[in-house]
Amino acid sequence: MIRSRKLKHTALLVLLAVGMFGFAFALVPLYTVFCELTGLNGRTAGQESYAGPVVAASDRQITIQFLAHVGNGMPWEFRPTEHRLQVRPGEMHTTMFYARNRATRTVAGQAVPSVTPGQAALHLHKIECFCFTQQELDAGEEMEMPVAFYVDEDLPKEIRTFSLSYTLFPVDSTPGTKVADN
Amino acid sequence: MSAHAEDAIPRQRHPLISFAARWLLTTNHKEIGTLYLCLSFTLFFIAGALAMGVRAELFAPGLQLVSPNFYNQLVTLHGLVMVFGAVMPAFVGLANWMIPMMIGAPDMALPRLNNFSFWILPFAFTLLLSSLFMEGGAPNFGWTFYAPLSTTYGPPSTDYFILGVHMMGVSSVLGAINIIVTIFNLRAPGMTLMKMPLFVWTWLITAFMLIMVMPVLAGVVTMMLTDRHFGTSFFQAAGGGDPVMFQHIFWFFGHPEVYIMILPGFGIASQIIPTFARKKLFGYKSMVIATSSIAFLSFIVWGHHMFTTGMPLVAQLFFMYATMLIAVPTGVKVFNWVSTMWRGSLTFETPMLFALGFVIMFTIGGFSGLMLALVPADFQYHDTFFVVAHFHYVLYPGAIFSTMAAVYYWLPKWTGHMYDERLGKIHFWTASIAVNLTFFPMHFSGLAGMPRRIVDYPVQFTDFNMVSSIGAGLLGLTQVLFLYIVVKTIRGGEPATDRVWEGAEGLEWTVPSPAPHHTFQTPPDLHGDLVTETSVRAE
Repeated sequence: MIRSRKLKHTALLVLLAVGMFGFAFALVPLYTVFCELTGLNGRTAGQESYAGPVVAASDRQITIQFLAHVGNGMPWEFRPTEHRLQVRPGEMHTTMFYARNRATRTVAGQAVPSVTPGQAALHLHKIECFCFTQQELDAGEEMEMPVAFYVDEDLPKEIRTFSLSYTLFPVDSTPGTKVADN
Repeated sequence: MSAHAEDAIPRQRHPLISFAARWLLTTNHKEIGTLYLCLSFTLFFIAGALAMGVRAELFAPGLQLVSPNFYNQLVTLHGLVMVFGAVMPAFVGLANWMIPMMIGAPDMALPRLNNFSFWILPFAFTLLLSSLFMEGGAPNFGWTFYAPLSTTYGPPSTDYFILGVHMMGVSSVLGAINIIVTIFNLRAPGMTLMKMPLFVWTWLITAFMLIMVMPVLAGVVTMMLTDRHFGTSFFQAAGGGDPVMFQHIFWFFGHPEVYIMILPGFGIASQIIPTFARKKLFGYKSMVIATSSIAFLSFIVWGHHMFTTGMPLVAQLFFMYATMLIAVPTGVKVFNWVSTMWRGSLTFETPMLFALGFVIMFTIGGFSGLMLALVPADFQYHDTFFVVAHFHYVLYPGAIFSTMAAVYYWLPKWTGHMYDERLGKIHFWTASIAVNLTFFPMHFSGLAGMPRRIVDYPVQFTDFNMVSSIGAGLLGLTQVLFLYIVVKTIRGGEPATDRVWEGAEGLEWTVPSPAPHHTFQTPPDLHGDLVTETSVRAE
């Protein structure tokens, strides 16, 4: 009687422990979904379309700062061509990032964007971005890479400045390596 | 369940073999409790020695004794070994010794599992500590092992760390399962849940927390392992992962973990204070409810460790309010302890002194916790020595003082000898002075902006750090005195009575001192009375 109850309790508790181990992994997709809904981690959405200026009358000025970093082992020079831009909600803008391959071989790179504060990510819409695809430069080659975007008018009032940062990572040539899709 | 493996071992073997077999194969809850406590005490000294290295380096600005990388290894292993090796096994050891005796059970419900969960630990810590002697050094990313420090930039020995954490996680979960099954199935007739001693209650809740969060820790180190070696990108931005997600998963484990390290301490204080106040515990039910509320709230406040990661305002507000809410049940507990003492016939033997030191200094740590919970203030305090001061106040005079109080309180029951009261008092007072000397100045250096986890500091922080280092040296010495007192008590001393303390209530005081190898093989008769009443002491 006691013995079977003990076994039942033990089995239930082991199940709980195993379930919590699974829960740790379930947190990964949950986190991704949560971030898409809230912009928690500053991840921007993929390519979107532009429906033209929505409110031209708004005289609200938003400052966007551009930042560029190179990841570990990336032999590129990488910087924004303009460090900040004043925009009004609804207006479309294009800015360029400059990249040059300093290595003596062809290198492909993938840029990963990040917006701070995170909520602004939900209101930054990119029509065109070099981060949508991998970029490849031959030895010593340079290029300017465009980002076309607009900010919608729903950006929270307390955000007057936000930053858009790109980190360029070298793309591993080994097949099967997963790379950011945005 | 009174089948004990050691009974089957032939007694005519070589004494060394039978000694080894006795301790390796024991399934007796008292012997396993002793093993846990000895391991915890050993690791406490090892982790303490690492802290001495840290404090010696910080005695003066500049680089004196160790390289920055080795300093980081000292900090990391000090934290890991103290948390997983000193505090947690000490509480599990106390649980093994006391829970069966407090609820009138003959042993733990799953004795062989109990043996297994103990014997994993020495191997886990050998793996972890052996990394100190490896090429590339020991883990150097802090006990919180944030990615990518521990994934992309971790030393090769990180894999030993991962395996070590897995093993201690398995040990904790199995130990917790055992405790819950014991409490649910082996209580003496008449011992209903709401009549259990508070130490048992706090451990029941702690055990549930362990089962819910240790697997999450196992999950996060598994993700680290696959990120390091199997090409996944859970925490690597380059592959579409997110290093901030590491912090979310880690602190989902980490915040309940810090309460795992304090709830049994609450239980201990709730046993000791009524004994030396010679009154019943004030507000038993509210203590149970408060402990459960703290446990529940601990699962929804992890974000307060991450205010500076750029969370949305709403999330910051939520975590701030939820965190401050914890002050309410904690306040209930402190109020109940004080009310228990109100108009009691107080005496101040060493266990009571440690319990009072616990209540007062833990509350200081609780208040600095409230300061840290305030988002705008936290932006200033984050990653400074103020945080170090805060969590050392809740862990040293909190978790460790309560463990010491428990050891002084139950040592006569374990050994049959009274400890040396004069030495015990000297231990308490020197330790209290040393704790405050060590950790109080850290509040000031932290508020003035001294960052934590850095080997060097600007000269204006020199005085505070010198005081801290001198205090730390003294604190280390007082624990050598503690070791001496414990060893002396084991070897001899004034014989202890069965009840030991004049005001002690509960089943553990009805068995002889020292407690015989087997107790309560037939369940005690509680006559449906409260266990705290003296009627159960009839033998």
